[in-house]
Amino acid sequence: MSTSSTGGPAAGTTRVQGSGATGARTTRTFEFAPGEVDRDDPLHGELMELNMGPQHPATHGVLRIKVVLDGEHMVEVEPDVGYLHRGKEKTCESLGWRKFFVHTDRLDYLQPLMNNCAYALALEKLAGMQVPERGQTIRVLLMELSRVMAHLIYLGTTSIDLGAVTMFFFTFSERERIYTLLDAYTGHRMNNTYIRIGGVYADVEPAVEREIRAWLDQFPKKIDEFEKMLTGNRIWFDRNRNIGTLTPEMCKAWSLTGPNLRGSGVEWDLRKKQPYSGYEHYDFEIPVGTIGDCYDRYAVRIEEMRQSVRICQQALDRLEKSRGAEFLEQDRRYVLPPKGLVHTSMEELIHQFKIVTDMALPKGEAYHAVESSKGELGFFLASDGTSHPLRCHIRAPGLMNVQAIPAIAEGRLFSDMVSIIGSLDFVMGEVDR
Amino acid sequence: MSTLERVVEALAGISHTVQKPRDGAVAIEIEASVVPQALAALRDRAGFDTNVFVTAIDRYPAEPRFTVCYSFLSTAHNDRVRVQARIPGEKPHIATITHLWPGTAYSERECYDMFGIVFDGHTGLKRLLMPQGYDHHPLRKDFPHQGIEPDRLYREWDQRRRDRSPLRSESEA
Amino acid sequence: MGSLKPADGHASETGFFVTQVDWVVNWGRKNSLWPMPLGLSCCGIELMAMIGPKFDIARFGAEAARFSPRQCDLMVVAGTLTWKMAEAARLIYDQMPDPKWVIAMGVCSSSGGMYDSYSVVQGVDMILPVDLYVPGCPPRPDAVIDAILKLQKKIEREKPFQLLLDGDVVGEYDSGTKRFLRAPNHGVPTTGSHEVLPPTKPGRGRS
Ligand code: SF4
Repeated sequence: MSTSSTGGPAAGTTRVQGSGATGARTTRTFEFAPGEVDRDDPLHGELMELNMGPQHPATHGVLRIKVVLDGEHMVEVEPDVGYLHRGKEKTCESLGWRKFFVHTDRLDYLQPLMNNCAYALALEKLAGMQVPERGQTIRVLLMELSRVMAHLIYLGTTSIDLGAVTMFFFTFSERERIYTLLDAYTGHRMNNTYIRIGGVYADVEPAVEREIRAWLDQFPKKIDEFEKMLTGNRIWFDRNRNIGTLTPEMCKAWSLTGPNLRGSGVEWDLRKKQPYSGYEHYDFEIPVGTIGDCYDRYAVRIEEMRQSVRICQQALDRLEKSRGAEFLEQDRRYVLPPKGLVHTSMEELIHQFKIVTDMALPKGEAYHAVESSKGELGFFLASDGTSHPLRCHIRAPGLMNVQAIPAIAEGRLFSDMVSIIGSLDFVMGEVDR
Repeated sequence: MSTLERVVEALAGISHTVQKPRDGAVAIEIEASVVPQALAALRDRAGFDTNVFVTAIDRYPAEPRFTVCYSFLSTAHNDRVRVQARIPGEKPHIATITHLWPGTAYSERECYDMFGIVFDGHTGLKRLLMPQGYDHHPLRKDFPHQGIEPDRLYREWDQRRRDRSPLRSESEA
Repeated sequence: MGSLKPADGHASETGFFVTQVDWVVNWGRKNSLWPMPLGLSCCGIELMAMIGPKFDIARFGAEAARFSPRQCDLMVVAGTLTWKMAEAARLIYDQMPDPKWVIAMGVCSSSGGMYDSYSVVQGVDMILPVDLYVPGCPPRPDAVIDAILKLQKKIEREKPFQLLLDGDVVGEYDSGTKRFLRAPNHGVPTTGSHEVLPPTKPGRGRS
């Protein structure tokens, strides 16, 4: 039995030719509709079901994908998520507003500080709080470092899946350097939990700033090295170009945001469009792709890393100017008093007790979204005026990225699956929550 | 023209109330029965092309118990709108909007999984995160955080596995 | 060539030959652990960092991570195990050939950790026998390397050849406490159909 694809990078609809048992050739059009494929069609080739995951190196976590194959072509693709469902939203309801911070780190564990920031921003919106400028600048610095970390993992794991094992070591040695910087600043390599309502936990030491600057100065050269290995690489090019093409319309229909949307040529970045944390004061550009295939998404991410370096450098400049300024809003309804004061002042002790045991947020609803490395990461919070949320919904960009797999994978060769999964870029911790 | 004016204009002829949420976003509440028409109007006449999320809020024991929340984004106008509809706790169901935005399929499945809200007309409505065959809807307020028999499905599978294993069955028999 | 049986009338319980064979087998086993990285969540990233350039687990002979359980003898459960995933984890464990060891990396896999919720297994020892627990959320790669060194010490103390002579060791699973009383491990395979050695006691295994 032989099958051949005559389909180009068509949008949602791909043509697959198959020669069936009778020898007659037929052309069928598949559109995404589960259960539409007629398996009893004698003109069709023999269908085979294949299970991928949940423990599979190329699914980047515990994603399971059920694939129906006709020869080497994927006829039906069905992702099965939930293998890492840890009940975060329920946990938020039972733990309360403050204690949930620790859990946000473990959502998208490639960029813990970004999730912290997103949650803090949503809480601040609900509480109606401001963040001091220095606090915002530190957040921007941490968020951009997180973005670089997440994109490095994308590069490393995707290239290892496509056969470029060396890239894994290249990207991980850079990641290790960021880990060391964060270790020096926050005291842990990952899952830092360093953002608080109203700012950050502690100020950046000048020594750490210098270290970050030194790393930033050499990082663009490393990106050049990555590009030297991948951008013009024949194998990388062939396995990514014209694979998994997304049109802007598809992106909007499938709720895709972030680099996946920008790869399709839509200039949409929340940092520019709906700025938060003072992003409007930074000078950076939004890279966009042209045709929206895996290669474009790769190029967008590479360029985003360069832009992140620029933002980090500007943030460091601003930090230098505002050294010694307040970095945490001293609002005693939500922000813990300094430990020294708690030991000496009755009033501050009461504040501390009140915040730790029962920090109530005003009644109402709020939604805030940030531009994470995967797309729009948002927290929808509903409060009934008590210390425990009525509802905390996490708008995970990864779930939407997983959802789009069938739309772009069906009709393609099975070997393209790895490129597609890699380039859509999701993390199961966030997909399953 | 402000976002609210655009939304109200698009919803002409459909009864709705304008809410004032804490974050200052544009939010409206509509009847559950008019959800597909109202959201189609928002998409076609007000330009909200992207669905951001679909979720629900459980207000147990108050009635109507569930609030289904939709959030939409307009990339052309750079603004957002939130739409809510309340449905009772007894056999909760609401019409699907997957024909308008195919990307809401997973959100609706998650809603069904977590709250037990049935989306009429959804092709392939089944659990998304919990295993198929699980009995409860975890995000309901009357479901305990530690769960009810969380390991039941695994134990049943484990028993079948041990029954299959020739060494085990002989030595245990 | 001496007898395979311990020498009679000897002062020590085990004969010289058996001890030497044990030593050689253990030496080989401990220095070429092939890990099966069951990277489930955040800890999996630290596991990758451990294999990666800075920490370089290759120094201890355990860098040959294989994603096929058939080739591995060390299972590193790195991350939160949910009940939905538990079936897959148990299957992977069953598919690994004996002898096999398990490291529970991180508090999630050790005890459920911060997730006391409806979907999370409260410690992988509810479904698998665990040799070593590594605390931390996530544990630093150094801690996992330390665990591997400790596991090597543990392997040194094992007596594979002696067990073979004495008859196999079969694990007991107590469904009352839902725990393993003893690991079904290190000697004769007990599950699956991949026995490499004939059963040494009547009544055990297929006749
Ligand atoms: S122990 Fe911590 S870091 Fe490891 S999987 Fe659990 S939550 Fe993640």
